[in-house]
Amino acid sequence: MSTSTVETFESSLKELNISMTRTEPANFEATIESLVSSPAVGVPLDSYEGLSLSNTSVETPPTPQLLKSSETGVTPVGKAIAEYGTLVLDSDSAGTEPVGLYPPHHVGIVRENDVLETVDSVGRHLESRFAAGKSSIFATGVSSTGDMGSLVEGVHGPKNVDVVLITDR
Amino acid sequence: MSSQRTRRRKAEQLRTLLETQSESIQKNVDHLNQARYEAVNRFERFEELRSEARKIKENSIEELPSLLETLQDQVEANGGHVYLAKDAEDANRYITNVAASKDAETLVKSKSMTTEEIEVNDALEEIGVDVWETDLGEFVLQVAEEAPSHLVGPSLHKSRDEVATLFNRVFEPDEPFETAEELTEFARDYLGDQIREADIGMTGANFILAESGTITLVTNEGNARKSAVTPNTHIAVAGVEKVIPNADTLQPFVELISKTATGQDLPQYVSMLTPPVESPTIDFDEPDAPLGSGDAEREFHLVLIDNGRMEMRDDEQLKETLYCIRCGACANSCGNFQHVGGHAFGGETYTGGIATGWEAGIEDLQTAGEFNDLCTGCSRCVNACPVKIDIPWINTVVRDRLNRERAPSDFEFLVEGLTPDSEETVDLQKRFFGNFDTVATLGSATAPVSNWLANLGPVRALMDRAFGIAPERDLPEFKRETLADWFANRGSTVPEATAERTVVLYPDVYTNYVLTNRGKAAIHTLEALGVHVELATPIESGRAPLSQGMIQTATNLAEDVAADLRPHLDEGRDLVMIEPSDLAMVRREYDKLLDADAFERLSENSYDVMEYVYGLLANGADINELAEVNDSIAYHSHCQQRTMGVDAYTEAVFEEFGVDFVTSDVECCGMAGSFGYKSQYYELSMDLGSNLAEQFEGTDRTIVASGTSCTEQLSTLFRREVTHPIEVIAPSGP
Ligand code: SF4
Repeated sequence: MSTSTVETFESSLKELNISMTRTEPANFEATIESLVSSPAVGVPLDSYEGLSLSNTSVETPPTPQLLKSSETGVTPVGKAIAEYGTLVLDSDSAGTEPVGLYPPHHVGIVRENDVLETVDSVGRHLESRFAAGKSSIFATGVSSTGDMGSLVEGVHGPKNVDVVLITDR
Repeated sequence: MSSQRTRRRKAEQLRTLLETQSESIQKNVDHLNQARYEAVNRFERFEELRSEARKIKENSIEELPSLLETLQDQVEANGGHVYLAKDAEDANRYITNVAASKDAETLVKSKSMTTEEIEVNDALEEIGVDVWETDLGEFVLQVAEEAPSHLVGPSLHKSRDEVATLFNRVFEPDEPFETAEELTEFARDYLGDQIREADIGMTGANFILAESGTITLVTNEGNARKSAVTPNTHIAVAGVEKVIPNADTLQPFVELISKTATGQDLPQYVSMLTPPVESPTIDFDEPDAPLGSGDAEREFHLVLIDNGRMEMRDDEQLKETLYCIRCGACANSCGNFQHVGGHAFGGETYTGGIATGWEAGIEDLQTAGEFNDLCTGCSRCVNACPVKIDIPWINTVVRDRLNRERAPSDFEFLVEGLTPDSEETVDLQKRFFGNFDTVATLGSATAPVSNWLANLGPVRALMDRAFGIAPERDLPEFKRETLADWFANRGSTVPEATAERTVVLYPDVYTNYVLTNRGKAAIHTLEALGVHVELATPIESGRAPLSQGMIQTATNLAEDVAADLRPHLDEGRDLVMIEPSDLAMVRREYDKLLDADAFERLSENSYDVMEYVYGLLANGADINELAEVNDSIAYHSHCQQRTMGVDAYTEAVFEEFGVDFVTSDVECCGMAGSFGYKSQYYELSMDLGSNLAEQFEGTDRTIVASGTSCTEQLSTLFRREVTHPIEVIAPSGP
C-alpha cells in the first residue's frame, strides 16, 4: 500500500463530501470524541488491536433503542476502495451493518493498510468472505434519493459520513 | 377494430401523455443522460468492462441449469431455502405460504421489478398482509396507485408538485408539504416505522452468486439494506437470469450498473448478502436488550422465477434479453421514451426499448405489440447498453413475428405489387413503408404527375385511411430523372486507369429518386479529388422493410445488394454511401442478414461519404479543388451515424474548411424513417422535432443534415431548404 493510494482515497472521499481524519492509535479516542454527536452507538472494535471505544462516549453494544435514537454510529470498515471512496462494511454479529445504517451520521474507522486501489483488488477479500457465508456492503457516499423531485441526501441511510484513518505511526 | 381506429386511439393515448407527463419525464431523463455520458466518458475501461460483462452473461445463461443447481445446493447449505417458481402464480403461492407460516401482518419491500411482474403485492394483500414499498419512488406509486414508468426511476413521470399534492391529500399533514426535503423526510419516517414493525422483508436481487449463495442488491436510499436485515425473515425474489458464478464475475457489473443507470460512478450501496446473514436480529419490542440477544433466528427464502425465461433462453433471438441488468439506459437514450415515458413505451411491467424483449418473453407477443412500434431503430441505445444487447434488433424480430400474425385488411388491393414479406399478413402501413423502393420507382416513373396527384386532398385522405400516412406531412417529391439516369447519360469524368482511387457509390432510394442533388454533389466532390466513381445499381438496402419488421424482404434485398457490389469490391473499389441509415445497414444490420464473409467484406470496405472525403484530404488531396464555403452552418448529424461514430468526420471536414458551424445534441430528429409519416405518431414525431427546432431557433445559418429523415423533419420545421454536408463542399461540375 502506497501513500498515493491513501491520497487517492482521500480525494475520492472529498468528491463525495466525506472528510477523512488521520489519527494514530494514541489519539484515537480524542479523534472519535471530536467527530461524534451524542448519543452515539458503536460496534466494539474487537478486531482492531489496540483500539477500543470503551473510554469514549460511544455506547456499546448496540441495542434497538440506540439504533433508533443515536445521532452517530461508529463501525470498523473491512476494506476501502481508493478509486471510488468506497467503504467495504463487513457484516458481523456485533452489528456493523445496522450501526452503519440507522443513525444519520456514520463514522467509519479504516486502517491504512486496508485501503486498496480498485474494486478488483478487494475481490479476494470478498471471495473469502462469501465462501465463509459472510456478507459485505459497499457504501459509497451518503444515502440519497431523487424520487421526490430533486436530490435529497439522507433517506433510509446516513446523511453524513466521516472516515477516520488509523495510520501506523 | 379498423386499423384507422386503432391508429387514432394510439394517437390519442400519446397525446394525453405528451400533455401530462412529458415535461417531468424529459427533465428527469435529460438529467440521467447527461450524468451517464459524463460517467462513461471519464471511465476509461467502459468498453472493456462491457465486453467482459457481456461474456459473463452469455456464459451464465448458457450454463444456467447447472448454475441453478449449484446455487440451490449452496443456499441450502448456508441454511436458507430455495424455491424455483415456474410462473407468477406458483411464486405467489410459495410466498403467501411463507407469510402465513410466520403469521405475518406486515411486509416491507425494496424496489424489485420482478415482484411487479408477478404482482406479489396483490397476492399478499389478499391474505391480509400489509405491504409497504420502501423505495421512495415505489412508495409514491403505491400511494398514487399507479404503475412504474421507468426501470430505475419508477415515478419519474411525476413532478415534485404532483407528489406534494398527492401526499397532502392522502396524509393530511398539519403543515402542507412543499419541498423535496419535507417529502423525503416524511416518507423516510413513515416507512421507518413500517420497517421496524415488519414481520418480513422482501427484496429483489440484481445479481446472485451461485457458488456462495450471495445475493447482490443495488440501491441509493439504503432501503434494501434495511428491508433485508431488520425483519428476521427475508424473502428475495428474482428472475432465474440473475445468476452468475461468483464474486469475480460480479466485479464488472458493480462498476457498470450505476454508470449507465444514473451516471454515478458506483451506487451508494451495493449489499452483497450471503443469507441467512450474520448481522444480529433486531427486536424493537425489546429496545434495551443488545442486538441478537433474543432467541429469534434469521430465516431466508430465495424465490427464483422462470415465468417464460427458460423458453426465452431457447429462443435464439430473444435470448439476449436475459442479459439485461435493467439499468434503464436504453429508455433514457431513446427519443420517443423521453417524450412519452414508460406508460406508453412499456408493457405490463417493463419499460423502454428492451421491454419489447421482456414482455414478449414473459407475457406474449401482443403485449409487446402494443408499444413495439415506438422503437424507430435509431440505435441510440446500442452504445448505452452495458451488456451490449442489440435492442433495436430485438424490436425488429418481435415486429417481424407480429407481422406474421396480423389479419389481412380491406385495402389489400391497393398494395398489389408490394412484397408482403413471406406471408400476406403484414399490415398495410408497414407494407407501404417497407416497400418504399417500389413506391419510389413508380413515383419517379410517373413524376411530376405522381407528385401532383399524391398531394390532392382526396388522395391524401385515402392514404391516411389505407396506410395511415399523416395528411400533415409533405410527401417526398420524386424526380423524373433519377441519379442513375443522370449518371448513365453523363458517365465518369475521371478515368479509372489513371485515378488514384476508385469507389463505387451506392445510390440509396432517396438519393436516387428524391434527393438527387446530394448524389450529384458526391460525384462532383469525389471526382474533383481525383477519384474514379462507379455507380452501383439502385437496390434498396433493406432498411425500409427491416424498419417495418419485414426481415425476409430485408434479407432478400441485402443479398441482392451484396451480389451487386461484389464485383466492385473484387476490383478493389471502396464502397461510399451517402445515407447514414443505409451505411448502418451495411455496418451493423447486415451482420444479422448476411453470411459472415459477405458482411465483413462490405462493412470493412464501406465509408460515409464525408468520412471518405476526410480520408482523401488527410492523404494529401487538394481542398482547393472543392467549393469555397462562406456560409456559417447549423449541422444536425444522424442518430445511426452517431452510434457508428462517423458524425465526427463531417465535423472534421467542416473544420478543414474553416467553417463556422454549430451542432445539435438531441438524440433523434423524431422523423426516423417512416415513423413521422405515420398518422398515429405524427404528433409525437413533431414533439421530438420541437427539441431540435429549439436548438436551431432563429438561426440564420445554413441548415445541414446528413440523413434523409432529418432533412425532411428540418425542412418541415424551418420551412426552408436543408442540404447534405456534401452539397456544402461540392464544386460545381457537369
Ligand atoms: S437492455 Fe441494456 S440498456 Fe436496456 S435496461 Fe437492459 S441492460 Fe440497461
